[in-house]
Amino acid sequence: MFSTTWFKSALLSLLFLVILLGTWHLATLPKAEAQGANDEYAKLMGKGAKKSDGFPTPVQFGEAIARNLAEPFYDRGSNDKGIGIQLGHSLARVGLGFVLAMLLAIPLGFVIGMSPLIYRALDPFIQILKPISPLAWMPIALYTIKDSSLSGIFVIFICSVWPMLINTAYGVAAVRREWLNVAKTLEVRPLRKAFLVILPAAAPTILTGMRISMGIAWLVIVAAEMLVGGTGIGYFVWNEWNNLNLTNVMFAILVIGVVGMALDLAIGRLQKFVTYVE
Amino acid sequence: MSAFDNPFNSKVRLGAAACTCGKHANQAEHDATSAVSDEPVSNDIDTLNHRVIESALMRALFPQDATRRRFIEAVGSSTAMAAIASVLPIGALSAMAQDKGPLEKKDLKIGFIAITCATPLIMADPLGFYKKEGLNVQLMKTAGWALIRDKMLNKEHDASHFLSPMPLAISMGLGSSAQAMDVATIQNINGQAITLANKHKDKRDPKQWKGFKFAVPFEYSMHNFLLRYYVAEHGLDPDTDIQIRVTPPPEMVANLRAGNIDGFLGPDPFNQRAVYDEVGFIHLLSKELWDGHPCCAFGTSEAFIKENPNTFAAMYRAVLNAAAMARDPKNRSLIAKVIAPPNYLNQPETVIEQVLTGKFADGLGNIKNVPDRADFDPFPWQSMAVWMLTQMKRWGYIKGDVNYKAIAEKVFLATDARKRMAELGHKAPAGSYAKFKVMGKEFDPATPDKYLASFAIKKSA
Repeated sequence: MFSTTWFKSALLSLLFLVILLGTWHLATLPKAEAQGANDEYAKLMGKGAKKSDGFPTPVQFGEAIARNLAEPFYDRGSNDKGIGIQLGHSLARVGLGFVLAMLLAIPLGFVIGMSPLIYRALDPFIQILKPISPLAWMPIALYTIKDSSLSGIFVIFICSVWPMLINTAYGVAAVRREWLNVAKTLEVRPLRKAFLVILPAAAPTILTGMRISMGIAWLVIVAAEMLVGGTGIGYFVWNEWNNLNLTNVMFAILVIGVVGMALDLAIGRLQKFVTYVE
Repeated sequence: MSAFDNPFNSKVRLGAAACTCGKHANQAEHDATSAVSDEPVSNDIDTLNHRVIESALMRALFPQDATRRRFIEAVGSSTAMAAIASVLPIGALSAMAQDKGPLEKKDLKIGFIAITCATPLIMADPLGFYKKEGLNVQLMKTAGWALIRDKMLNKEHDASHFLSPMPLAISMGLGSSAQAMDVATIQNINGQAITLANKHKDKRDPKQWKGFKFAVPFEYSMHNFLLRYYVAEHGLDPDTDIQIRVTPPPEMVANLRAGNIDGFLGPDPFNQRAVYDEVGFIHLLSKELWDGHPCCAFGTSEAFIKENPNTFAAMYRAVLNAAAMARDPKNRSLIAKVIAPPNYLNQPETVIEQVLTGKFADGLGNIKNVPDRADFDPFPWQSMAVWMLTQMKRWGYIKGDVNYKAIAEKVFLATDARKRMAELGHKAPAGSYAKFKVMGKEFDPATPDKYLASFAIKKSA
């Protein structure tokens, strides 16, 4: 067991982690404070009290993680909810935006993939809209949609539709000629051909597109929520930033990373079902 | 100058910040130094409510404060009260202001920005003022002033915390589509400061600020106008000699730390927070620029007021009562404790306490004691609206001619009772405008254009 790649890589990962934590600890060692400020002034300046700003030490960070995870579902008012509730809101928005994007991207991708004419016609639009950042879409969305939660979902939709669209188009266009010819020989009707030949053939590429889109959707939701506020992990980051509480901001970042990884793994699992060996 | 002073007392100067005997800088000092104060300070909510209505009426009837005082001295205050009451239904007005009609809408969403300016509307939640009026209010912390504006335009929020010039700007369609917004009360007066980075400890003369970068929270804000006014008075042109950027307040402290900006004129608690985090020091409190300047307002759209008059009256009463409680220095520590948690301001309690009590560390090693560093006076003065309009015109935010009085009057509701009076068939008296001083220069609301023309530095039209 000790010589397998899995074990060796795990050991190396652990080593990297230890080096990271060690460097962090050394970088945040407390410096000697200049004494001599008078007592009352010092008290007003918060000396002696536990200041929550500034870069935390690894131990403080660990404490913050424990504190936040201890009661993940608390609700102390409309602006102060536990991390579990905030994550729930974010995931709901991502889910909705992503499903909407899927509903548009996959059928449209099919059409584009099967028809070079439509592909050429839509290409300029796709290329121009693709690189636009979600934060740039936000004001337009707010102005026209006039509802901040719908605007957030729209922004997720408009940013995560492109990878799925392009990958679906590519996957469909790259289906092997032989299979299409066999289908033609067998006089398969177009709809059956789409579902039974093209879809399974293009599925791995489509799912790769979905995986990328999910990553983008998760990225976008944090930015959108910081702007729009209310609930969600992005709002949590922004609220803690208001308090210049870097520790909680870093905790939120860690959570964002872990959840992003989980979402990616989930789609990766799905991918396994549709891969085939030619 | 307060809505809560007794207007039937000939010694009270309604227009000025001075005290009743005239020897002290403000009423608080007067009360502190005189063993027996002339007026028993009343904190009874109903009395204060009456005072606001009476005060408004008296100011409306006697725009010149000196006339009012002479009138009362001549006939005596009880005769004055009776005389006025026979002509105008003060009792009915007070009753109307207290009128608890059935609420059209009980569940409300009120937007706010997490700064101490919004203290009255924030503290009304944990201290139960909204509940007492039968309202179920959800306070929505909002990410920035642009979103406050958007959420009000979208009707996602029923009422909101505004920067005082914003309802004016939105009603006029500046920087957004035009929608009639009204100010119900001014939330706070003073409460801002110019904070500079620690490296500028020796550059306290504004003439040395050429090339500095400053941050303000929003274009249409008292901060922008006061900063421009201050540097212009010291000979710098704010459009060419310094850079003014719009930055959200929490980022002001972060930017100061990173050296992106040299200073900011921003709302508390971020000035105190900059001192607490040892990145800056407080150069000048905004109260030293214009004592009693309005900062933030509590307002809503005209449509909301028309459709939900009773709900609006209930909200108004709740915020008014909260402001009355916030005025009393005794309550400030309690209020600091109650609004500090993450659900509201999300700041360390000591920072907020220093802002509200006025006993604070200034970042240069001194402890200062300025009790009305931040104060809460809910009465929107139309004259302030007119001043803001002149400044907007001065710096080119409004082009062309402006009918100052008409706009200001419309947007700043002097008192909800005035509208009610009109409905009852009584002719509402013309609004009264007090003259006031900004940085030693007097502003007469009757002649706004003359004031505008008197400035050497302004944006050429």
